[in-house]
Amino acid sequence: MLKSIAVRVSQGSQTIPDPRQASPAGFRGKPLIASTDCASGCEACVAACPTAAITLNPVAIDLGRCVLCGDCEPACPSAKISFSNDVRMAATDRQALTVSQRRPELDPIKVNQALRKRFGRSLKLRSVSAGGCNGCELEVNALTNVNFDIGRFGIDIVASPRHADGLVLTGPITRNMAQALQLCWDAMPEPKLVIAVGACAISGSPFEGSSAIDRAFLGRFAPTLYVPGCPPHPLTFIRGVLDLLGIAS
Amino acid sequence: MMGPTKSVLMALTQDLRPLGLNAWAAACAQAMAAGERLLTLFGRPDEDGGVITTAIMLGNENGESRLNVLRGRGRPGDTFASLTTAYPAAQMFERELWEQTGLQPAGHPWLKPVRFEGTRQQHMDDYPFFSVRGQEVHEVGVGPIHASVIEPGHFRFMCHGEQVQHLEIQLGYQHRGIEALLLQRPPLGLSAMVESIAGDSSIAYVWGYCAAVEALAGVQVGFESEKVRGVALELERVAMHLGTLTGMATDIAFLQGGATYGRLRTAIINAVMRVCGSRFGRGWLRPGGVRFGLTPALRQDLLGTLAAFSKDFALINDLMRNARSVQSRLQGVGTVSLKAAQDLGLVGLVARACGVGFDTRASLPGRLYTAHPVSVLHEDSGDCWARLTLRMREIDASVRWVREVLEAPGTDLTLTSILPVGKLRPDTLCVSVREGFRGPVVQALETGCDGSLLHYKVQDPSLVNWFGEALAVRNNEISDFPICNKSFDLSYCGNDL
Repeated sequence: MLKSIAVRVSQGSQTIPDPRQASPAGFRGKPLIASTDCASGCEACVAACPTAAITLNPVAIDLGRCVLCGDCEPACPSAKISFSNDVRMAATDRQALTVSQRRPELDPIKVNQALRKRFGRSLKLRSVSAGGCNGCELEVNALTNVNFDIGRFGIDIVASPRHADGLVLTGPITRNMAQALQLCWDAMPEPKLVIAVGACAISGSPFEGSSAIDRAFLGRFAPTLYVPGCPPHPLTFIRGVLDLLGIAS
Repeated sequence: MMGPTKSVLMALTQDLRPLGLNAWAAACAQAMAAGERLLTLFGRPDEDGGVITTAIMLGNENGESRLNVLRGRGRPGDTFASLTTAYPAAQMFERELWEQTGLQPAGHPWLKPVRFEGTRQQHMDDYPFFSVRGQEVHEVGVGPIHASVIEPGHFRFMCHGEQVQHLEIQLGYQHRGIEALLLQRPPLGLSAMVESIAGDSSIAYVWGYCAAVEALAGVQVGFESEKVRGVALELERVAMHLGTLTGMATDIAFLQGGATYGRLRTAIINAVMRVCGSRFGRGWLRPGGVRFGLTPALRQDLLGTLAAFSKDFALINDLMRNARSVQSRLQGVGTVSLKAAQDLGLVGLVARACGVGFDTRASLPGRLYTAHPVSVLHEDSGDCWARLTLRMREIDASVRWVREVLEAPGTDLTLTSILPVGKLRPDTLCVSVREGFRGPVVQALETGCDGSLLHYKVQDPSLVNWFGEALAVRNNEISDFPICNKSFDLSYCGNDL
């Protein structure tokens, strides 16, 4: 009993009070693109990018493809690309995930009133990994730990698709997993939504060109929310969902 | 005098004259009979439709470990006498060889697809399950999708009442075609992909990859870079072992353990993020060195984090280890015998929990672990309790190791530049081994005549250890499976590639 109390005292309070105010120290998050000019004909950042997330003229980064590895930053001779610790990278529109100098911020997520009405006080999510490397899976798991504690917002990870309102999809969707993913989705009651977590799920970019990937599922069911990162920081996920459902923090 | 045994082996392809397939298998058997450990065995297509086979052995010469290569050659469809009948440690490698190249290990008792790759994709329903017949015998299938947030895999239990007679594990759902993709991109631009082969072992993988391409390019990174890489690897080990402890505590409803180990892991991975920007160490190591050195301020930050961690970690370990409910739930559950672990060639923490004193940081120390040695820890009971206790002890040892490196007088780890890594040497095989938190991560890169990559073989420790888990649950209750699975904590994507 005394030992248990000692552990409890050592634990203190670990919960991040307001996820909207939190700013993780050192996190390599939303890229910043400076106004400096590129050297003529320079494509160093494009060459350094492992997932073809960067386009030129003007320099733009697609966060749906970016794995936030930061390899472009030292490659650029003009110091045009750097990274902030901003976690606000989630979006409801795939096309809106691109940042450039002219468009440094993503559009703020608008509250979806229909979803808010249904799920604003209780959102049950089913996680399916379809080729995820366990990076995204660990971060989705972390959502429920004492630090991030999404349960306080009425958001839970549930064990059965029958209990779920939403599918949290991680991984690029392997051909060997495509059927099981579809079965899981079919087992979820309407209304339901898809949340695509990580660069793999959003665009498949890290594994693009592999004959072992089949992304047809996402052609049939467009995600309601995109959560970029490799893996995404739990706060990117939480802020995206809170904003989408208009949940106060 | 010979230097410390390196964890990287280099060999010119021309020096590796391939034997005929049966002679090669006989040579492998002879090496194993002489006590060498089969580290990996694989095949690749050659230029004219044949198959080149490679076995990497860990042998011993004058008291020093050393890596040896045995090469063979055959054609798809050729048969050879299976090694598995005499040496079960070869069973998974031969299955993979058969699946990837079409070579036939004659007499293999369990020749089934490893991951349903190539033309077998999407035929997951065709797996030839072992079946048990008899009165009161029934089967329980679980997965590929599981109740918690976890990678997919199918487990089928053949039960007699509540007792598991046999568990068959069918994997492959995570197959992303990694080995093929690694050949499609520039050989020096693979870091990010290698970091997500098994995203919970990013450091172990990317370090092995860096060591291999550096050796192939004739580059030796500075000792300081190696030390920072070593620190990164131990922090990954601490974080991932903590993840397993969190899961184990939660699985047996020891909730205070779940809450405490979970937040302790957060403290470690957030410290990693303050160094390199990612909670998983992504982007930290790159060919030629490390992108982020440890400034004096960061060293103090890490040391402070570890000091606070150790204090609280000792408290919760004491509580958990002394709780009767925990002891009775874990002791004698999911036991693998030392003999079975040796026969199956189990590796890493799982093997050490059975009493196998094998840790590649000790047997292939190289410069880093010669200067800062790692002592091989082990437990003897081979059960869930042993795997729990050993994780706690390995975390303590890793923390001590990191502190020793960071506190060594005169150490300056403020690295600011990365060495240029140029063209890779042509026609060369390079094998690197790194002891990740699950065990040895083996990567074998072979270059062609123009220095481009001809083959990239990846082997996660989970490939061989999954069968150990199948053995562990035999004669246990089916309700013990989740805790057995968590205590092994193996990689699905590392197996499926």
